[in-house]
Amino acid sequence: MTQKGHLAFLLPLASCAGAQTPLAPAGDQAAGQYSLLLLMLWVCGILYMLVLGFLAMGLWRLRRGAPAGNEPTLETPSDAVLGKTLWIWAAIIVVGLLLLAGASFLLERRLAAAEAREALLVRVSGHQWWWRIAYRDPRNGSWIETANELHLPVGTTARIELGSADVIHSFWVPNVAGKMDVIPGRANAIDVTPRRIGWFRGQCAEFCGLQHAKMAFDVKVETPAQFAGWLALQARPAPAPEDAAALRGMEIVTRGACAMCHSVRGTSARGRPGPDLTHVASRRMIAAGTLAMNRGNLQGWIAQPQALKPGTLMLPVTLEPRDANAVAQYLGQLK
Amino acid sequence: MSSPESPRIIGSLADLPDSARGAAHLVWWGNLGFMLIEGTGFVLAVGCYLFLSSASAAWPPAGDPLPSLWWSSIFTLALIASEIPNLWVKRRSGEHDAAAVRLGVLAMTAIGLILLFLRACEIAALQPSWHQDAYASVMWMLVILHSSHIVTDWGDTLVQALWLHTHQIGDDQFADVEDNCNYWTFVVVAWLPLYAVIYWLPRFA
Amino acid sequence: MTATAAGPGDSRAAQLRQTWRDPPGLWGFLTTVDHKRIAARYIVTTLFLLFLAGMLAMDMRLQLSAPGLHRMDPQLYNESFSLHGSTMLFLVSVPVMEAMALWLVPLMLGQRNMAFPRLAAFSYWLYLGGVLMLWLPHAVNITPDLGWFEYPPLSGPAYSPGHRADIWAQMITFTEVAALAASVNVAMTILKLRPPGMTLAKMPLFLWAMLVASLMTIFALPAVMLATSMLIADRLVSTHFFSPSGGGDALLFQHLFWFFGHPEVYIIFVPAVGFVSAIVETFARRPIFGYAAMVLSVLAIGILAFGLWVHHMFAVGLPRLGNDFYTAASMTIALPAGIQIFCWIATIWGGRPRLATPMLWVIGFIITFVIGGLSGVMTASAPLDLQLTDTYFIVAHFHYVLVGGAIFPLLGAFCYWYPKATGRLMSEKLGTLAFALIVGGFNLGFFPMHILGLWGMPRRVYTYPAGMGWGTLNLVATIGSAVAVVGGLVFVANALWSFWYGRRVGADPWGGPTLEWAARSPPPPHNFDLVLCVDSLTPLWKKELTAFDGLALDRREMLVTTVMEAEPIYRQNSVGPSIWPLMSALAVTLLFVGSIFTPWALVWGAVPVAIALTFWFWPTRARASTGPLGRRR
Ligand code: HEA
Ligand code: HEA
Ligand code: HEC
Ligand code: CUA
Ligand SMILES: [Cu+2]
Repeated sequence: MTQKGHLAFLLPLASCAGAQTPLAPAGDQAAGQYSLLLLMLWVCGILYMLVLGFLAMGLWRLRRGAPAGNEPTLETPSDAVLGKTLWIWAAIIVVGLLLLAGASFLLERRLAAAEAREALLVRVSGHQWWWRIAYRDPRNGSWIETANELHLPVGTTARIELGSADVIHSFWVPNVAGKMDVIPGRANAIDVTPRRIGWFRGQCAEFCGLQHAKMAFDVKVETPAQFAGWLALQARPAPAPEDAAALRGMEIVTRGACAMCHSVRGTSARGRPGPDLTHVASRRMIAAGTLAMNRGNLQGWIAQPQALKPGTLMLPVTLEPRDANAVAQYLGQLK
Repeated sequence: MSSPESPRIIGSLADLPDSARGAAHLVWWGNLGFMLIEGTGFVLAVGCYLFLSSASAAWPPAGDPLPSLWWSSIFTLALIASEIPNLWVKRRSGEHDAAAVRLGVLAMTAIGLILLFLRACEIAALQPSWHQDAYASVMWMLVILHSSHIVTDWGDTLVQALWLHTHQIGDDQFADVEDNCNYWTFVVVAWLPLYAVIYWLPRFA
Repeated sequence: MTATAAGPGDSRAAQLRQTWRDPPGLWGFLTTVDHKRIAARYIVTTLFLLFLAGMLAMDMRLQLSAPGLHRMDPQLYNESFSLHGSTMLFLVSVPVMEAMALWLVPLMLGQRNMAFPRLAAFSYWLYLGGVLMLWLPHAVNITPDLGWFEYPPLSGPAYSPGHRADIWAQMITFTEVAALAASVNVAMTILKLRPPGMTLAKMPLFLWAMLVASLMTIFALPAVMLATSMLIADRLVSTHFFSPSGGGDALLFQHLFWFFGHPEVYIIFVPAVGFVSAIVETFARRPIFGYAAMVLSVLAIGILAFGLWVHHMFAVGLPRLGNDFYTAASMTIALPAGIQIFCWIATIWGGRPRLATPMLWVIGFIITFVIGGLSGVMTASAPLDLQLTDTYFIVAHFHYVLVGGAIFPLLGAFCYWYPKATGRLMSEKLGTLAFALIVGGFNLGFFPMHILGLWGMPRRVYTYPAGMGWGTLNLVATIGSAVAVVGGLVFVANALWSFWYGRRVGADPWGGPTLEWAARSPPPPHNFDLVLCVDSLTPLWKKELTAFDGLALDRREMLVTTVMEAEPIYRQNSVGPSIWPLMSALAVTLLFVGSIFTPWALVWGAVPVAIALTFWFWPTRARASTGPLGRRR
């Protein structure tokens, strides 16, 4: 069965599908899962129709023929025929199950086979409630750290090693591949092979406490050249502030409370509990998919993280309005 | 068919006995039910032990001593030996021998006390403490789980002894004594795999 | 049996009524061991909780009806689904099935009570303790907030300080002890108290279902008690079962939980199979088609259920070969389930069905449950489940099987046995209306959740951004749920109205085939005047019913029979009313609640428990005349 043929069947569903759905696969793994889903829907749909048809006919029979008497019957002549039908039904189920179990088995093989093609190593670790992401620099083997935005070169199989800093999370980018839980004390990994360029969305899929709902991340699949360029940019230390306000902002960030939790490479801010901010302005969203990246949101976030994402582990830091403005100005330049 | 006429009486149950023993007796089955529950608990607890041991590089983890065999083995031997009087009581009660049963249950209470003492010594020798690591936690869990069964059965036996010495024993009470003996056998048998797992497995694995 | 028998029968009935009666008033209420009274309060409590948890669900549905709503903050939402799920599974579905068994099993066996009457009372009181354990703290805002399964390390000492997680864990201990007590009781009643002639091969399917469900309970529940006890130990006395830093393993909890959790869902579903079989048989006016196949299917489900738990853990990263095994095993369940579906429809096909409300519920059940079963088969595929797990697809799956597969049959059973319990019929008009609203509203509300799941909506999120395109379907889901809840209210109204104004009926309004229909409606305290005999699966569909007499009239006595052939063995003395089950439950409550705060509660808390149990089991007999402690004459 071809992919296209199926698509017609699910078109009404898939056409509404957005950037976070297994119904619009953009990677090998998701494509395999999508085909299996379609097979399942066919088999189960047919079986459901058989059940409904049998039930409807059973009820219909009574409307035509049966006398309205209330006496029970103990002789049941139709049972011989029904008995034979039961065997046929059992056979249909067995065939259906063999088909589905066989198809799952084959897909499982295919998912496992990706291991042989791994060409990029990424480390993703789940934190309550954001994602730390680190790439191994292919040139020198050092780790380049960023957060909440995953970039992947199209057509390359990436091995994503999953670690947790606290509780169990689950890494899920449905358009590219299925889930893999992120479990403290366990070294899990998942292979992903994206095939379509574009922006996709991922989200934590295992309940991980208060703000499990707002633990998303963006995924950008791009050409290998674009990816290489992006990675080179990320590897660089933070750019120097461009104006006086930003300079003041940098001082506040590096000397004040922010530096306890955040790193800005190239400055003295080396905190680890929060996301790396070296190139924060190059990202599309802040606070794990909660807000679009722009000056206003940055400033709002710094002033009132708890209002925008109740419970977030970033503590509010009291700043003079002028200072808050300076900090936002500085962060906004960290491309 | 509407509601039936009054049924036709085809006989009387008045001649049936008014009690039974062994598997014919209702309470025997209730007892079995609870042994199944607790037995499942033991099996799963051992499962936890094996699960944790298979997930760990060294078992016991580096730095933890091997579990001490001294008191645990004395306890185990004594526990096995207690089966002799236990089975004797069970047989006597099957024969409705009131005097022997009164004596036997009292003796089992005393034996239980000795076993509790030996168990206390075993626990005192358990190393390391439960909050050291998962190995210690699960080892303590198995021992405590089993100890709680000894305590409950001992309490049960004690009350039974008191009752038997103050009341006239009926058929149902003989059946109760039998059930209590069966339960004790269960407690004894359940310990043997636990003993093997806790004390010998780390030595061979 | 029926009130028509005059003369000696009447005085027999009067004497038995006297013997089996409870003391009047409050004391009787607290001490009763009448299985019908205990079951009735069990059922009423569960239905009340169904209502409360349903209201919580509506609250959640309102919050989700549009993107980005702020009517609930994340904490409140998390508490809501945790309380909703925990209540529905631990305090509604499992206990209501046991309660139905407590009510029906002795009646269907032609017996006067359960095998262990006081254990039944104890089970209820302890269950009530579990209810209070969860809902009283909720009233003072200490509500568990980590879902109906609380995985460590999130539920461990480091990430959940306070007592929310302890309360959840201890609520489970309560309800599971209660459920174990009920299950031993039900299983042994079915095994040892069958009427003469009811061999295993002549046992109604409902009893088979309850027997299997009870045995499954016995083997499944210890796992969760172990898991939650270990969790409490980790939290309270710093053991390291689940903390990776101390050599523990977070996955151990998941294995234990699902070793229980998967059988649990069939513990809920299998009794429903019993309800459906009983209803179909009566309303198709013929014996069930494929009795042997049905029995084998129920047994197969009971056994297979213990080999599937890993399908809840496909995303944790276990070896792929293992996942394949659990995929195959999970899918295998579709065979017995499919055979059951076939046999019910075949019974309808081969009979002359009457579409009274109980039968409508069966039809609603088939239409709805099969969808849930099929979505279950989809998630059983390990590689596909990686996309489906923890999304609304799963939420849709388990509501289809739980509501469609267990609550619908339960509501059908409620309508079916209502006249037996109250002596009055429920209104068919209101019943049909409630049926249409609930089944229609439910499907309208929950079918869209499959699609939401496939569009990527994860479960357990208190809100979602506007750009995701999930708003419309969520609104539909909310509307559908509201319709279903209105239907639920109509159902309750019908039950209340009919209690006072319903048409009075005799012993057997539907023409049912099994023994409970031979008792008066409502049944007297002793249920039956005589010991009925059975020689077929549908004893009441014969011209003549036979019986034994000879059980004592002035003492509580029951007939005990052999396990396989149900041959009479002896007359068992059955205990009367007692306050000690309640006292024991109170003592156990003290121990459980105390152990949240200090491990020493296990020691000092055991003393009152021991005292209460001693009084409970203390046999009353004459003082000994010999021995040092005997009475001197
Ligand atoms: C009454 C409760 C009930 C019942 C009966 C079932 C029945 C089944 N369930 Fe379900 N399940 C739950 C309650 C139930 N479940 C709950 C509560 C959860 C969620 C827990 C949580 O995470 O919160 C869950 C979750 C759950 C999962 C985990 C999903 C996940 O978290 O990722 C899986 C995976 O395999 C699964 C599978 C099945 C299967 C295969 C069946 C089968 O038994 C279904 C069999 C029936 C049929 C298949 C229909 C009839 C058959 C035919 C018409 C024949 C033809 C069919 C074919 C050939 C396909 N269930
Ligand atoms: C039997 C179990 C059961 C039942 C009946 C229900 C009923 C409902 N459930 Fe629930 N649900 C669960 C078990 C159940 N649920 C579980 C286990 C979870 C998982 C929790 C977790 O993640 O930890 C869950 C989670 C869950 C969620 C997901 C939360 C999340 O992941 O964020 C939602 C969201 O919409 C929801 C909604 C509803 C609704 C609208 C209803 C109903 O309101 C549907 C309509 C009502 C009925 C069909 C019954 C009406 C009948 C009556 C009221 C009659 C009463 C009769 C008498 C008193 C005589 N439920
Ligand atoms: C107590 C630790 C802590 C302090 C102090 C702190 N932060 Fe944060 N910060 C965090 C955490 C944790 C997050 C991730 C929050 C989330 O997404 O839930 C975060 C997120 C952010 C983000 C969004 C990053 C992204 O990629 O989404 C910005 C920007 C930010 N912080 C800036 C600041 C500034 C500026 C200061 C000082 C004024 C500061 N933080 C102080 C812990 C802290
Ligand atoms: Cu992280 Cu949910
Ligand atoms: Cu399951």
